[in-house]
Amino acid sequence: MNLLKLFLYELQEITLLTARAFYRLRKKPRYWREAIKQMDTIGVGSLSIIFLTGFFTGAVLVLQSFQILAYYGAQSQVGRMVTFSLLRELGPVLTGLMVAGRIGSAITAELGSMVVSQQIDAMRALGTDPIKKLVAPRIIALLITLPLLTTAANIFGIIGGGITSKYIFNLDTSLFISSVRDGVTTKNLIVSLVKPLFFGLLIGSISCYKGLSTTGGTVGVGNSTTKSVVLTSVAIIITDFFLTRALQNILGIDF
Amino acid sequence: MSENNKIVPAIELKDVYLSYDDKKVLDGISFTVRKGETKIILGRSGGGKSTIIRLILGLIKPDAGRIFIDGEDITDYSEPELMRVRQKIGMVFQEGALFDSLSVYDNVAYKLHEQGLPEEIVEQEVRKMLRFVELEDAIDKMPNELSGGMRRRVGIARALIGHPQIILFDEPTAGLDPPTARTICELAIKLRDLENVSSVFVTHEMKNVEYLTSEYAVINEKGEVVFEKEGEKLCLINTEVLILREGKIIFSGTDEELKKTQDPYIKRFLHGR
Repeated sequence: MNLLKLFLYELQEITLLTARAFYRLRKKPRYWREAIKQMDTIGVGSLSIIFLTGFFTGAVLVLQSFQILAYYGAQSQVGRMVTFSLLRELGPVLTGLMVAGRIGSAITAELGSMVVSQQIDAMRALGTDPIKKLVAPRIIALLITLPLLTTAANIFGIIGGGITSKYIFNLDTSLFISSVRDGVTTKNLIVSLVKPLFFGLLIGSISCYKGLSTTGGTVGVGNSTTKSVVLTSVAIIITDFFLTRALQNILGIDF
Repeated sequence: MSENNKIVPAIELKDVYLSYDDKKVLDGISFTVRKGETKIILGRSGGGKSTIIRLILGLIKPDAGRIFIDGEDITDYSEPELMRVRQKIGMVFQEGALFDSLSVYDNVAYKLHEQGLPEEIVEQEVRKMLRFVELEDAIDKMPNELSGGMRRRVGIARALIGHPQIILFDEPTAGLDPPTARTICELAIKLRDLENVSSVFVTHEMKNVEYLTSEYAVINEKGEVVFEKEGEKLCLINTEVLILREGKIIFSGTDEELKKTQDPYIKRFLHGR
């Protein structure tokens, strides 16, 4: 029962924090410069790991499924299959998980150390609202950069898949490209851009909340960072299921 | 006395209660800090001294009781309203609490940058404040390059910028060597006697109490600030001591009254045995 209470309490606090971050945006000062700085760290800074994750995910997808498709004589469809898997599922989820690990942990650790060294109190004492100055720019930066990073991961993944199918399975490149085109449908594009919006919100609000609610000195910072990454990752995977179902209902399940 | 009552106190706490979970931290605290007065709050570590300062700033809310700043009841203020009140208050944190991603200059300038003042004015003010705490050379350093005492002084410069009329010191000398601690007390004395700032000085070091209650700052003929001992010529009335025990005020008065007290707990506190 206590665990349920704790869960509900955290859910309430995270929701309130996120709501406040957006609600307080309506009044000045707004820290756009801070948001742009965050976009640089989150977006440009994560590009290399997103490249690697995307590229090898696409490559391994082809590696695993080429023979199965060939068994049914559908090896020409491998590009479409890769595109489908990446756009609908693997691109958003893997990008979300990687960013949660790289950025979510950094946000929690940064805000957490600011709490334990009284810098948050100092900020409030100097008349700055930490929700406006720290939380809102981070959430906004994540909302903007995560869809972009997901798109990058998708592109790198398709390139990885193409290279694998050409150099390992000797598939004709033009055949691969034309089947990729079949996979890039409007619905798939919508899915691959809507999912990261939700994941970005999850990463931003959970990691900021965990950071700001840190107690117990440096050990506490470590604890809340771990909890933040675990919670965000689990939340992304669970949300993905319901989000997929919801999007299927809205957009319809078809190819 | 009736004259004094007409003047609105800088800080006033009325019957403030606060508890965390089951532990009572403050148990009916009431006191006032007049304009230009320094209130020294003494007490054991963990006795609720810092909590009082956090309440005055509105960082936390009391369970019951009212808090007034300049006669304004801030108890039920929302965060944006408190932001306005906090402009009047400067706060010096225990470890300085400097922003470690910003240089000394940006730390001290923080409040003015937030107000969007032009850079020339900001720089002028920052230099003035750093000169006041004798740290102008460190202007381009990062906080991690500073010693503990220097961080504390940068913290003071940051609290003083914008000339707040109320300054709160949260154990500003804890963990510092005696000469540095003395420097920080001198700063507090200068603010009290030359700038007419009201302050709350939380500490558990008796040496600080001695400095603050027995010395005053004046400007001599050469225009230098000098510190003189109270005595025949002058008796300090603008500094009072409060002693806190288990969330209650057990003593309130001047240092002369403090020395005369017969309370065994206070005596032990003063002499360490």
